Amino acid sequence: MHIFTPSSWTPLNKRRWINFRKNKRGFYSLIIFSFLFVTTLFAELIANDKPVVVSYDEQLYFPIFNTYSETTFGGDFLTEADYRDEYVAELINEKGWMLWPLVRYSYDTINYNLEVPAPAPPSNANWLGTDDQARDVVARLIYGFRISVLFGLALTIFSSIVGVVVGALQGFYGGKVDLFGQRFIEIWSGLPVLFLLIIMTSFITPNFWWLLGIMLLFSWMGLVDVVRAEFLRARNLEYVRAARALGLDNKGIMFTHMLPNAMVATLTFMPFILTGSITTLTSLDFLGFGLPPGSPSLGELIAQGKTNLHAPWLGASAFIVLAVILSLLVFIGEAVRDAFDPRKA
Amino acid sequence: MSSENTSEQLMKEQVNKDTQIQIKNLSVCFSQGENVIEAVKDVSLNLYKGETLAIVGESGSGKSVTAQAILALHPKQKVSYPTGEILFNGKDLLKISDAQMRSIRGAKIGMIFQEPMTSLNPLHTIEKQISESILLHNKQLAIAAADLKRTKKTPLAIKHKVIELLNLVGIPNPEERLNAYPHQLSGGQKQRVMIAMALANEPEVLIADEPTTALDVTVQKQVLELIKSLQKKLGMSVILISHDLNIVKHYADSVAVMHHGRVIESGATSEIFASPKEAYTEKLIHSDPKGIPHPIPEKSPVILSSEKVNVWFPKKTSFWGKTTDYLKAANDISIQLKAGETLGIVGESGSGKTTFGLALLKLLPSTGTVIFEGQEIQGLNQAEFRSFRRDMQIVFQDPYGSLSPRMSIFQIIEEGLLIHNISDKAGREKIIIDALEEVGLDAQTRHRFPHEFSGGQRQRIAIARALVLKPKLIILDEPTSALDRTVQGQVVELLRDIQAKHGIAYIFISHDLAVVKALSHHVMVMKQGQIVEQNSCDEIFNSPKETYTKNLLEAAYFYS
Repeated sequence: MHIFTPSSWTPLNKRRWINFRKNKRGFYSLIIFSFLFVTTLFAELIANDKPVVVSYDEQLYFPIFNTYSETTFGGDFLTEADYRDEYVAELINEKGWMLWPLVRYSYDTINYNLEVPAPAPPSNANWLGTDDQARDVVARLIYGFRISVLFGLALTIFSSIVGVVVGALQGFYGGKVDLFGQRFIEIWSGLPVLFLLIIMTSFITPNFWWLLGIMLLFSWMGLVDVVRAEFLRARNLEYVRAARALGLDNKGIMFTHMLPNAMVATLTFMPFILTGSITTLTSLDFLGFGLPPGSPSLGELIAQGKTNLHAPWLGASAFIVLAVILSLLVFIGEAVRDAFDPRKA
Repeated sequence: MSSENTSEQLMKEQVNKDTQIQIKNLSVCFSQGENVIEAVKDVSLNLYKGETLAIVGESGSGKSVTAQAILALHPKQKVSYPTGEILFNGKDLLKISDAQMRSIRGAKIGMIFQEPMTSLNPLHTIEKQISESILLHNKQLAIAAADLKRTKKTPLAIKHKVIELLNLVGIPNPEERLNAYPHQLSGGQKQRVMIAMALANEPEVLIADEPTTALDVTVQKQVLELIKSLQKKLGMSVILISHDLNIVKHYADSVAVMHHGRVIESGATSEIFASPKEAYTEKLIHSDPKGIPHPIPEKSPVILSSEKVNVWFPKKTSFWGKTTDYLKAANDISIQLKAGETLGIVGESGSGKTTFGLALLKLLPSTGTVIFEGQEIQGLNQAEFRSFRRDMQIVFQDPYGSLSPRMSIFQIIEEGLLIHNISDKAGREKIIIDALEEVGLDAQTRHRFPHEFSGGQRQRIAIARALVLKPKLIILDEPTSALDRTVQGQVVELLRDIQAKHGIAYIFISHDLAVVKALSHHVMVMKQGQIVEQNSCDEIFNSPKETYTKNLLEAAYFYS
């Protein structure tokens, strides 16, 4: 399947793409979001406390990918070189040069050279200031954006898979499967999600995958109703009947004939699930039950903004980044919805 | 109407008939994205006072578009009228304001639509819906109604008017039906209510857009008779849009034949039918499926027999989940079918003919005995039955719904071959090409998608899909109902040839007696899930025994 070559698209998909582009706001949002996402995927090359390339003694070194000891550059210790250290920098610059990333801090780099106590206000060295542990806010935002979006995407994909499977089974088999499935979902969705998440995350030390798993327990229900309704409808479509008359088995019917129908509804919902996932992660981080301490996270930055009201750059920058991500995703979602709208011919 | 009045009109007609609506050089364009589609091209029509003008044509000929342009019913943003005018009482309807148009719609020109099922609001009683259309245009009554609104009562004057209208359109016991909701009425009754709404303000013109297409034949006749008698009583002019020439011949004074957005021929009905000038008109008039099926080969073995097949759906269940009442969709149906034979199943909607067909293929659960090629298939589960699927195929009614829009026709036809592991890749390609050629399609087009084909071509694709498996039995569930008359004839001929060539048995389900006659050896008439009569085709058509069969034949053959 050549998904990315429009020439092989069906006319229906071409029309959808045209409709998507017609929604200018959504289309530009997609461009901006993709740019931000792809850029932050390479966050290590943009914001890091190590240079991208070091030329020393006619030889090239890549500190981001390899660890070099200080002695490599003529220093004293066998530990990894601290390139931000003035002594090491001098050693290297004597016999070569260093190419630094745009931001000379990683998300966990502590700036010991602050002239004021942390949190420091924006300055030439720290463009958006530092947080209360003297870490650069720009670097943390870049990494935080990446982890939020990646987490959101992972959660969206997994909960869509579970949701589609459950919805498909309920819609296809109907009867008792549907009855009990629906009742279970009603009970399950009645649970107070945030409290349960808080309780569960306090049992274990949550990392990225633990959090994903725990949140998945409650986030898969969003799509079930849509997919179930779509399957219930598709069950009686004539081409589905025709496929059964040809002798196709249940699995084949579900995959080749009914799933594509449900995919439209699923794709339309996905951007909104993504925004929901990002918000949930942020609120958990804000409460301190999210990603492990030290991780770059937008929620944690907001919490810092709350505790350091005298440092408005913390709350403001986290707020702006979050607002931008969510707005972009909602605009994209609207455009996707337009693209799949059958009334817009 | 007094006799003076009539004679005066007659005199006028002799000199110069009064024109009610005159359409001059009308073109209608629709914009779809950047494309502009000209749906109606340079159409001129005259509707005379008190007459019926029929606009006939096949689907897509622009007949409905023309009629809807009269009432400006097209979405404003998408439609444009490059040329032409529509004169009604001297005013050009294309130029008047929305407010003026609203005062004409429903008051001066009424309209009834094809689908009575969706044209009525399911949440309101028929009294409310009819009185609404009265109130919209009758200021006096509207003021009275506003006064009475506090008491939440419909003013008596309106109530009387509604009852009068329901009487007029022939709804029995109208007083009791006032509070009925649309779902409590039959299809014919709904169409009557629609007519009552259209007539509420005694319009001068009634536009009937395929008013009977969605109805059963016996009901069709009643509704058309009703329109005709109302026209006489109220002195209306009627624009009747139809694809059915039998109806037109019987009910219209003049006819306009449309083809590809143009009026290719128009004139008095008798003239057009007696001596059509255009070849296309002639083709339309003589498009009824003709001929009889090829004889069944001698000593054909019986391949399918059913005994007392029941398809019951649970209607009521007791508290403990035990079913206490059933909807008997098909009851005690026994048939016998030889190889190469066609059994026609005839009945009105809801008679259970499709249900029975689906049950034979185990697409619906049923009880009773079904024996296919000497083997009992009733007790088998889906997996065990799969090997039989190859021999028993089905073609559905709706050629738009029965082909997956996401697969190319090559993939659609290949699906069955893949399921049953027939041949290798190259072999399958050859089988598919042969099948496409056999059903009269260009094999070059096999990588296109269904939406690129017309209704008739799609039905051919569906037949090809069934054919590639070399089945012994094909169930044809109204395969021609969604097609234009001229295309129907072609499909019938194709089916007949395929049967003669491969000796396939058909079960042909249809409500259209002309098509059944052209294709069936045996005919079974069904009503409300029961067999009414079962006999050879000749016997049924020439000497029906049951009254129901006679009524059915009369309604269908009444026009010709």
